[in-house]
Amino acid sequence: MNMLMKSSRSPGDPRVISTGPGTLASPDQLARGLGWFSIGLGMLELFGAHRVARTLGLEGSEWMIRACGAREIGSGVACLSVNPAPGVAARIAGDALDIATLAVAAQQDDPRRGNAQLALLAVLGITVLDVICHQGLTARHARQPGPGRDYRDRSGFPKGLAHARNAQV
Amino acid sequence: MKALVWHGKQDIRCDQVSDPGIEDPRDAIIKVTSCAICGSDLHLFHNFIPAMKNGDIMGHEMMGEVVEVGSEAKGKLKKGDRIVVPFTIICGQCDQCRRGNFSVCERSNRNKEMADKVYGHSTAGLFGYTHLTGGYPGGQAEYLRVPFADATHIKVPDNLTDEQVLFLGDIFPTGWQAAAHCDIEPTDTVAVWGCGPVGQMAIRSAILLGARQVVAIDCIPERLSMAQAGGAITINFETESVIERLNDLTSGKGPEKCIDAVGLESHVSMGQPDTLLDRAKQAVMMESDRPHVVREMIYVCRPGGIISIPGVYSGLVDKIPLGIAMNKGLSFRMGQTHVNRWTDDLLRRIEEGQIDPSFVITHTARLEDGPEMYKMFRDKQDSCIKVVLKP
Repeated sequence: MNMLMKSSRSPGDPRVISTGPGTLASPDQLARGLGWFSIGLGMLELFGAHRVARTLGLEGSEWMIRACGAREIGSGVACLSVNPAPGVAARIAGDALDIATLAVAAQQDDPRRGNAQLALLAVLGITVLDVICHQGLTARHARQPGPGRDYRDRSGFPKGLAHARNAQV
Repeated sequence: MKALVWHGKQDIRCDQVSDPGIEDPRDAIIKVTSCAICGSDLHLFHNFIPAMKNGDIMGHEMMGEVVEVGSEAKGKLKKGDRIVVPFTIICGQCDQCRRGNFSVCERSNRNKEMADKVYGHSTAGLFGYTHLTGGYPGGQAEYLRVPFADATHIKVPDNLTDEQVLFLGDIFPTGWQAAAHCDIEPTDTVAVWGCGPVGQMAIRSAILLGARQVVAIDCIPERLSMAQAGGAITINFETESVIERLNDLTSGKGPEKCIDAVGLESHVSMGQPDTLLDRAKQAVMMESDRPHVVREMIYVCRPGGIISIPGVYSGLVDKIPLGIAMNKGLSFRMGQTHVNRWTDDLLRRIEEGQIDPSFVITHTARLEDGPEMYKMFRDKQDSCIKVVLKP
């Protein structure tokens, strides 16, 4: 890394004066944001499972919270990859599990059920973002269905294939 | 001037940048008339090749008109000359250049110290590529400084179009070298994995070099149709078994020669579990490349055969069955292309009408549309196989 930092460009190399339109569109940037969020939340659940359980009134379910943390980190890494759509889809599936868990906690006869209700609202909100992101990624990056164009007229041999096969000179 | 600039993973922008100038007496400046997006640009786009820096200008397939010449390049070039620029920068004088090993020129990499430490020994400087190969600004721009320009050029005649000669700078000699490395004999079956631009050139090169049978392997229908046009028998690996089909086509003996025109980003699919493992390892930086094609080639290649690798690999790969390769007595040949070793012959073949490399161009666009074309090429949308940009 140090060597890379030292590998300065030549003084004459072109420098950026102003930046223009690029390849990163809103769904791509949103997927990256969700990826980092997922990793952060996953670390919190993995290493702070006791605190999360106490806050939500889910004592005794620390193992499940840690498992959710591992799942969040996995989907976060996938969101940061070159093809983030499967990672975002994994997040949506994870959101469904979280919603089911929190819905149960939010109805418990426990003074901390307000926390669980707030967390449920937050997860519902982020699920909407996940769905919007996934739809945006699919619309922008998916290949059109169907066989594609037929390039069988593009041999590249102006004198024909048979001539090319005998052109060993 | 305008240029396509790398700003990070999957972030290429069309920026306004300062113009290049002569820095060394052997330099020349060209006004770029045509440039192309290469499959290996996608490896940079995805940040799989280490040592890119924010602000690097992309592009290593370009040609144009000479507009300025340094004092020591004037014997070989003059204003108005029309040249294709090989992606390998060559001094033409070092021991490796004299042997024709141009892609490992000993003098053109300006980050030689770093390359020596990472690779053991430095390789040539390359345009629009990692700082391990010099970090030279690339040709997806309106103007380009060509270092060692007296040696780093291919003069092209005016009667040929840009589209006919542009690919002399990279993909045509790359496909040709891949086939030449196979030492093709008239009885040979040559199997080519990957029907992208380099694969298409390798298929046609193998035909021109006299292979009995060329087999092309991919899963994209339009790419397979173009491979078929070039004389190949096609295998769609998503609908049929590559190993079974290759054995059927070779009386159970396997192809004598195998070409990997895929490289480090092989297709990931549920039907090939090793690709899933590679993808997971790559995501958490436990492996830099996905070598599924190399594994498959080693397995299916006929004993005593040749494995030729023009596809780009960047670093470390896992689970290569070297024991199988050793026991089958396979030979491996690979490397960045020694472009100028081949270009006189290839230009002659174009002039004689043996081949017209422009067949591979599916999209032409303005330089300003470059970022969108990167996306289209990467996502294989609109049946895109090769993009040419006009600055």
